[in-house]
Amino acid sequence: MSDSKLEELEIRLLLEAVFEKYGYDFRDYAMASVRRRILSFMEIHKIEKISELIPLVLHNKKTFNLFIKRLSITVTEMFRDPFVYKFIRENVIDILRTYPFIKVWHAGCASGEEVYSLAILLKEEGLLERTQIYATDFNNIALNKAKEGIFDIKNIKKYSVNYRDAGGKDSLSSYYHSKYDSVMMNNELKKNITFANHNLITDTVFGEMHLIFCRNVMIYFNKELQGKVFDLFDKSLIPRGFLCLGSKESLKFSTIEEKYNTLGLKERVYQKLS
Amino acid sequence: MSFNKKKYEIVVIGVSAGGMQILPEILSGIKDNFPLPVIIVNHIAPSSDNYFAMLLQEKCKLKVKEADEKELIENSVIYTSPPNYHLLIESDKTFCLSVDQRINYARPSIDVLFYSASDVYKSRIISVVLTGANSDGAKGARYIKKNGGLVIVQDPATAYIEVMPQSVIDICEVDFILNPNQIAEKLNKLAEINI
Repeated sequence: MSDSKLEELEIRLLLEAVFEKYGYDFRDYAMASVRRRILSFMEIHKIEKISELIPLVLHNKKTFNLFIKRLSITVTEMFRDPFVYKFIRENVIDILRTYPFIKVWHAGCASGEEVYSLAILLKEEGLLERTQIYATDFNNIALNKAKEGIFDIKNIKKYSVNYRDAGGKDSLSSYYHSKYDSVMMNNELKKNITFANHNLITDTVFGEMHLIFCRNVMIYFNKELQGKVFDLFDKSLIPRGFLCLGSKESLKFSTIEEKYNTLGLKERVYQKLS
Repeated sequence: MSFNKKKYEIVVIGVSAGGMQILPEILSGIKDNFPLPVIIVNHIAPSSDNYFAMLLQEKCKLKVKEADEKELIENSVIYTSPPNYHLLIESDKTFCLSVDQRINYARPSIDVLFYSASDVYKSRIISVVLTGANSDGAKGARYIKKNGGLVIVQDPATAYIEVMPQSVIDICEVDFILNPNQIAEKLNKLAEINI
């Protein structure tokens, strides 16, 4: 057995162990990314072989928590890819406006920066009051951070630029108050957001959505899993509902592609056909 | 009857400050029927469009495109890394993107591509590190060398900023230290070597 085959086997056993014991399923993740995260975890914790990790994650809850954090946390920012928010403001909002009540699902919201971005946009368009945003993630640590809505002040300058490029109508500073090294998002934004644990791989449909926002989550999945999650989104969207993906993700070659109209190619905004 | 299986299967290039000047120069020297895929990680502003690929396309006959998520790597195509994403290679020779934290202050990081490419291609990879102002790529090049791959660096004396090529030379036994005009020529020759 070659070294790389052996390593593949070790990763498979490790992910199987994590799934069997804790229910977190990374088995259908894009292997190159998972592997890199596992190896970087091993480097930090001075672990030589992947298989040595198995007893550690099975018997040591603390190590497991750190491991799961390393395996699942992604980096995001407020108004990431401002042109996407601008596009939504200019092309999607007016259609959403025609509904008496709007449901938005932000799937894989991580630490929440983009959830608040969307809430700000909806508020400025006068829609937040009649919108219910479901912000979900399978990682409770990230989810709690999102719920708190407290972000590092050192990133605010960049976020403000993004906000402006996204077509912001006010000043980003009207949506948070700063304290020491942090900013805290205003409660009026949080009022209509429900933060909840939801696992895209194991959990199912929980509502009929007008807009699903899921950015830079699919890139971490393999093709098969991508297909399953696209199906889940398709089942969760109302006819003429919108799906917004990360700027390098696409419905191209997916099984639901033909049921959707590409509204913004660069922005990766799709609309379900009626 | 000849079995002309090539010795090398892929070229990976890392470049940072000064890349916009040197890449067109090097790529225009790559011959039109270059048989291998070329993957380029260039430290570029996160908000950049794919104008970088378009700019390079004007300079060479080979097809140039931004690497797409899950895209199968094809011979004789030059791929650039999308801004603000790490670029990795899966064992089935498709691309994998990630928005994980920056490595060496960079996303895309050259080290991330080099490590993952080396794991897939082992000794059948040619790596090139060009001008740049930080040491991203040095550890990756050393890893490629350790796995039996080939390491070429731009002669720091000819680099717009010498830090990046020099940091490879500092920690890795490199195979070739070349001027920009020698690099394309060398790649053309290496790509034709059969096993």
